[in-house]
Amino acid sequence: MSQNKKGQKEILSKVMRYIKRYTGLILLSIVLASLIVILTLYVPILIGEAIDGIVYGQVNFTFILRYLVIISVMVGITALAQWMMNKINNKVTYNVVRDMREAAFKKIEILPLKYLDRRSQGEIVSRVITDVDQFADGLLMGFTQFFTGIMTIIGTLFFMLTIHVGITFVVVLVTPLSLFVASFIAKKTYTMFKLQSEARGEQTAFIDEMIGSQKVVKAYGHEEEALEQFDEINTRLAYYSLRATFFSSLTNPCTRFVNSIVYAGVAITGALAVLTGRITVGALSCFLSYANQYTKPFNEISGVVTELQNAIACAGRVFELIEEEPQVPEPVDAVHLQDVEGQVVCRQVAFSYVPDKKLIENFNIAIKPGQRVAIVGPTGCGKTTLINLLMRFYDVNEGSICVENIDIREVTRKSLRSNYGMVLQETWLKKGTIRENIVMGKPDATEDEIIAAAKASHAHSFIKRLPKGYDTVIGEDGGMLSQGQKQLLCITRVMLCKPPMLILDEATSSIDTRTEMQIQSAFNKLMEGRTTFIVAHRLSTIQNADIILVMKEGKVIEQGNHEELLARKGFYAELYNSQFAV
Amino acid sequence: MKRLWIYLQDYKKECVLAPLFKMLEASFELFVPLVVAAIIDTGIANGDTGYILKMCMILILLALIGLICSVTAQYFSAKAAIGFGTGLRRALFKHLMGLSFTEIDMVGTSTMMTRMTSDVNQAQNGVNMVLRLFLRSPFVVFGSMVMAFTIDVKAAFIFVIAIILLSIVVFGIMLMNIPMLKSVQQKLDGVLGITRENLAGVRVIRAFCKEEEEIEAFKVKNEALTTAQKKAGKVSALMNPLTYVIINIAIVTLIWVGAIQVDNGILTQGQVVALYNYMSQILVELIKLASLMITINKSVACSNRIVSVFEIKPSMEEGVEQSAEGASRKSEVPVVAFKNVSLTYKGAGEESLTGIDFTVWQGQTVGIIGGTGSGKTSLVHMIPRFYDATAGEVLIDGINVKAYQIKALRDKIGIVMQKAVLFKGDIGSNLRWGKKDATEEEILEAVRIAQGEDVVNQKGGLKGSIHQGGKNLSGGQRQRMSIARALVKKPAILILDDSTSALDFATDAKLRGAIKTLDYKPTVFIVSQRASSIQYADLIIVLDDGKMVGKGTHEELLENCQVYSEIYHSQFRKEEN
Repeated sequence: MSQNKKGQKEILSKVMRYIKRYTGLILLSIVLASLIVILTLYVPILIGEAIDGIVYGQVNFTFILRYLVIISVMVGITALAQWMMNKINNKVTYNVVRDMREAAFKKIEILPLKYLDRRSQGEIVSRVITDVDQFADGLLMGFTQFFTGIMTIIGTLFFMLTIHVGITFVVVLVTPLSLFVASFIAKKTYTMFKLQSEARGEQTAFIDEMIGSQKVVKAYGHEEEALEQFDEINTRLAYYSLRATFFSSLTNPCTRFVNSIVYAGVAITGALAVLTGRITVGALSCFLSYANQYTKPFNEISGVVTELQNAIACAGRVFELIEEEPQVPEPVDAVHLQDVEGQVVCRQVAFSYVPDKKLIENFNIAIKPGQRVAIVGPTGCGKTTLINLLMRFYDVNEGSICVENIDIREVTRKSLRSNYGMVLQETWLKKGTIRENIVMGKPDATEDEIIAAAKASHAHSFIKRLPKGYDTVIGEDGGMLSQGQKQLLCITRVMLCKPPMLILDEATSSIDTRTEMQIQSAFNKLMEGRTTFIVAHRLSTIQNADIILVMKEGKVIEQGNHEELLARKGFYAELYNSQFAV
Repeated sequence: MKRLWIYLQDYKKECVLAPLFKMLEASFELFVPLVVAAIIDTGIANGDTGYILKMCMILILLALIGLICSVTAQYFSAKAAIGFGTGLRRALFKHLMGLSFTEIDMVGTSTMMTRMTSDVNQAQNGVNMVLRLFLRSPFVVFGSMVMAFTIDVKAAFIFVIAIILLSIVVFGIMLMNIPMLKSVQQKLDGVLGITRENLAGVRVIRAFCKEEEEIEAFKVKNEALTTAQKKAGKVSALMNPLTYVIINIAIVTLIWVGAIQVDNGILTQGQVVALYNYMSQILVELIKLASLMITINKSVACSNRIVSVFEIKPSMEEGVEQSAEGASRKSEVPVVAFKNVSLTYKGAGEESLTGIDFTVWQGQTVGIIGGTGSGKTSLVHMIPRFYDATAGEVLIDGINVKAYQIKALRDKIGIVMQKAVLFKGDIGSNLRWGKKDATEEEILEAVRIAQGEDVVNQKGGLKGSIHQGGKNLSGGQRQRMSIARALVKKPAILILDDSTSALDFATDAKLRGAIKTLDYKPTVFIVSQRASSIQYADLIIVLDDGKMVGKGTHEELLENCQVYSEIYHSQFRKEEN
């Protein structure tokens, strides 16, 4: 518990760092809030005084009028101050969360892939979006209600004390009851809320799975079973939800009941005090209005506290992301790779994703500029891993990878990566026009260059047929394009920048071999004088390779060209010959 | 909006009782100022301590009755709201499951997810709030006004004017706020979109060194969101100050009028205090109402989004034909026949398939090959009626697919899709999708044919657990398991839609060999990029740009189909040399 509190404090101090920039505005907001509270509390006193002027037979109109004018002026000032305070609070809150969102997003761009690969996309997204949003709500509420609430309590106490000490005691003694009741209910509700959120999580995962793969569900006519399973979870959720909702909704009526008791207490003691002449009727009406005002912030604060705790928890999750260790920073004297010819050397490279499961061990290869390296082997043999290392998405554990005799850890990531052209197995396109997607690697490409690249990768003909040609907007993840068309676009993207080294990760896996052949010819042109790494199942694509790396279980088990490997009658030969078996 | 009310139908009693008890509670609250007035005018004026005590006991009694009413109301409203949410969630899930492929493509997974989860929760929350508070607040406001009329008509008119002004302010601000909140939501979607995109495409973005640009793009979207939020905030920031001013001016006027009335002997001082208390009560309720409005605004927006999903009707009408058991065995009727079939996807400009015409007999193996986007998948997706032909007809066992009951039709067919997906559970539960009551032998047999024995062994048998989406299996393992899933069904028609792409050639060949040995002799469709996968098929269909450019056996096509021979020779170049 104390550790928890310490954690909260830490998070709060981090939040403060983001708020610091707006110190001036916040101070102003606090001043305004104080002014508002004082004026709002003072107005009932003035009203009470005015009411005292209303006594049958001796109504003092000039006296009352004077008070009413003062009240009007005060109300005007209060309203103005409220409006300004609201605006300031909005501004500060929305700016702070904007800054936090930006910081989180910037961090995503520099996090090591090791971090991103291990976490689900949804989880990170929910930190940037949902958590930040909830934090904003909590912060705004905290700003507007927490502070004014406390101010109101203090102010009310002060004003009440100035009028009558005895009655004030009645109020002060009874009010904590409402806090006690609220916390009692909160404790009882907590278990139900926990069960509810567990059931909800289970349901969300189930929906995600069923909706995400809905086509399979339908192909198997599995809808009814899915609905049955859904119903089971749904019923459980309803059971917990009903209890959680009902118990938590008891807080309001119960605290309101306590308030009413306070109110009655004030009425008794107040009325008796009027009888003994210690206060006036106006003061009593003022007291009654205070009794309402005094207990209200207590109720609100108990609500605000849960909201704030939630907000802090959310902020904590956001900070966890923001403070995550970024990728190894580039050395200060990082070399900017220039005039790359394409010499790549791996020396005694060892790498694994998890320490206790060795993947790549003692891997050596020297590639001369312009050579073609084909990587083959069954799924999961470590082909993608090799790409992760070449592009420096991951760092090697041992040994080194050098481009042009420079260790890639000593060059800038930007210059290393821009010297590679990469087409990955999983195609990725951004939301935007076809053109925007093509020019990713070369934003200043001319129309002619774009069309030439598209023609070379055989994408031009299908792009032309799209409703708006190159300006057709494609949705998230390529939207309506077929897998093959997406791949063609990815190839066009590389075709346009003509980098000195290429990485093709099963680039042609979902393009038919006829198109593949045409692309091959374009690539052949592109590959002249360019070092190429190709990962593919198709033997026809790799037959012309200078070096073939045959991988199995993370190790390179055979290395050589097509003829050599066939002659060896090893794993490669087995793979190759199986192509012709029925 | 109205559409969703039916989910409250089973909770009519609760929907009436909840607000009713809330109103009861509120009416007891309305008596409080009257009791206070009595204390001042009778108790204090006459110096009657006993009377004062009695009145205060009444105050406590009122509070107690209020508490009981309120708790009852909370219970009924929670029950109605949860019931509503549960029913709605179920109906929505069922509706989504009932959509055909055309609509699934249109709506998109992420939209469906938000509708199912956060939108339904928000709507449920809205119902709860409405039942609990929405009627209470206006009731207190109007109740106060009515009470004012019972005290003094002249003073009560101040209430009338104040309430009209307040309504204009509250509803005006709310109406102005709705489109702004909508815009905030849109901007938030934009920020969400770019975040997701960056996570999904992290490798490509880094490969192209686009980090800086993406941050810039994010900043623009983020700023747009902040601006929209501030704009919406600006309007709602007016709410408190305006209502505060109106109420207090009303109080000032009230005291002035009250003073005149007291002077004329029409009102007592206690009654003026009571009027003042009623006015204060209105303020308190209005503040509650205003914050409630925001919740309701959100709920209405969410409900509308849900309704728009409900309005999407499955475009397919189901037939009545059950599985014609005997017909499939009749050798004079082809198992699958396409008669001049064309397909245009909804919203697409041109046909994806044009004039497809072929006949397949029981037990035959059909290979489908062709370029990217040539319509191979579209073609096989028409067999289980994932999409309907826009021209021509698809016949299964001599009967148009549209005449079948969809479930009966799909029961005949085992399809393995391009993207192999498995579901959370164990291997057994996944493979039983095809046949609920499949025995362990049947499943293991299917696994053996799908070349998946090593996968099952590696995972520790059929009880081996599968994570969501089958993430703990590699691509090739998933493919083999989804093939096994289709085989467990023992389908009359087996469709393999490029479902061996992650398998090496040897395994692919073994798989095809094993399928040949199946004793129930299914008709097999193989969609593939590899000529080797289909070259021994009884019938090969060559597609190019949605048209059938070749139909026949391997030898025939090598002779007379240029597209086919190009494909073949591109893959077997070495042999030719």
